[in-house]
Amino acid sequence: MIKLLEARGVGKRFGGLTALSDVSLTINKGEVYGLIGPNGAGKTTFFNVLTGAYIPDDGEFVFNGTELPSGKPHLVVEQGIARTFQNIRLFGQMTALENVMAGHHIRTKAGVWGILTQNKHTREEERLTTERAYELLKYVGIERFAHTICKNLSYGDQRRLEIARALASEPQLLALDEPAAGMNATETSQLKVLIEQIRHDGVTVLLIEHDVKLVMGLCDRVAVLDFGKKIAEDVPAVVQKNEAVISAYLGGPKHAH
Amino acid sequence: METLLQQIVNGLVVGSVYALVALGYTMVYGILGLINFAHGEVVMVGALTALQTLLLLMGIAPDMAPLLKLAIAVLVAMPVCMILGFLMERLAYRKLRNAPRLAPLITAIGMSFLLQTLAMIIWGRNYHTFPQLISTDPMQPIPGVFITPVQVTIVIVSALVMAGLILLVTKTRLGRAMRATAENHRVAALMGVDTNAIIALTFVIGAALAAVAGVMFASNYGIAHYAMGFMPGLKAFTAAVLGGIGNLGGAMLGGIVLGLVEAVGAGYIETMTFGFLNSSYQDIFAFVILGIVLIFRPTGLLGERVSDRA
Repeated sequence: MIKLLEARGVGKRFGGLTALSDVSLTINKGEVYGLIGPNGAGKTTFFNVLTGAYIPDDGEFVFNGTELPSGKPHLVVEQGIARTFQNIRLFGQMTALENVMAGHHIRTKAGVWGILTQNKHTREEERLTTERAYELLKYVGIERFAHTICKNLSYGDQRRLEIARALASEPQLLALDEPAAGMNATETSQLKVLIEQIRHDGVTVLLIEHDVKLVMGLCDRVAVLDFGKKIAEDVPAVVQKNEAVISAYLGGPKHAH
Repeated sequence: METLLQQIVNGLVVGSVYALVALGYTMVYGILGLINFAHGEVVMVGALTALQTLLLLMGIAPDMAPLLKLAIAVLVAMPVCMILGFLMERLAYRKLRNAPRLAPLITAIGMSFLLQTLAMIIWGRNYHTFPQLISTDPMQPIPGVFITPVQVTIVIVSALVMAGLILLVTKTRLGRAMRATAENHRVAALMGVDTNAIIALTFVIGAALAAVAGVMFASNYGIAHYAMGFMPGLKAFTAAVLGGIGNLGGAMLGGIVLGLVEAVGAGYIETMTFGFLNSSYQDIFAFVILGIVLIFRPTGLLGERVSDRA
């Protein structure tokens, strides 16, 4: 197995609140890795630290053998990590196509001069970006809405569009923050097919999810966070039987208030 | 009737200059929520830099074709203003990006005073004659209505520059990155946009437009001095608010509408007030409009409703 991402003792505090404490985990190339835990366990904070939105107080991330820059989100994207958001964060005034094209930004190079002169390289790059964006919309199944202003898309389509926009940055690791939140059973099963397809096409997936059925059916390995600490990490079948996990979710004596 | 037509022509000319300056205000507001009150001073620096270049050229190459001289002057003024815009953002505004809104606003006003004072030290307090290298001999396309070649040039150049800007913003990767950053700079960064670079670029583009506007202004009136940016800056800000601040089309529309209202108003103010006020009171119109817009339609002609932005 080839290590893709390694978190080494990552910690993050907000004032007196410890959101993450000494979290270490390893994600291998080609797997779907689940990150679960009760509300407030630190899952989204983990995403934010990973993607450079927050600067960690302790620890570091190693991706493909090199340390990730902290606090510079666009450089993390350049390294090959893309994400979606728990509450959808599309560019609402732009069309679906433009959103995906914006997601491709880091892989294109045209500068002011190239754009003003519209030289061959710039035009070719723009043509490829457009082409690739259409392909991605088709890939997630919403190509018929390419020219719709995306705030007018349905909720499920917006979630798909976020995935397409993230894939546009050509990531090696796709981090999905509760992609099934607010979806009905049909949409969730379609999403499952999509995530499997993404993995099949060579992108490693890190998945935060509340839908236990989805996580257990999809993930190769699962880590469980509780109060900012990793309390378990294993294949889903084992994690499901882990006592610490059960008590974290159902509220065992350890966490009595 | 001729007065009306004449004032419409004048209004279009001055309005297209307002529009160019208003674009700089509106782009910066759209991306940062900051009113860059020093933007008018960039117009002034553009005009005075061009003037300096022209004087130099006249000294070393007096036989050069006048239009070439003017073109070189513009090509010097633009990068100077672009560097100025870049430095303003980098040194004055970037640190304040997450500060309460009042802090960058006051900083912008301070920046405006600073630039005026520096210009006064460099170029003195006097009015300078700006060489009018494009002919100012009036033509009469319609009997009784005069327009000068320099005015025609102003309208055409403004239209071209604005069309170019619209293409840049709607059709290119940098434009998409600008719109993405304007909508949500945190998300844009997480999607791979270097938002610091994009914000700097926005200032630089706005400053380039201001440089062009500065040369136009000075060419039209034949005068340049250290405080010349203040009033056009305020007017252009009014134009941006009138059109809906943050909205590019709005800035263009607002600039033209403001220019027209001001010119037509100036043409009739004497008749309207039975000779009590004359056309030197034309500035009244811009600020009456600003007041009316802020009271009745604070989001401007093309602005979205405030509730949509939450």
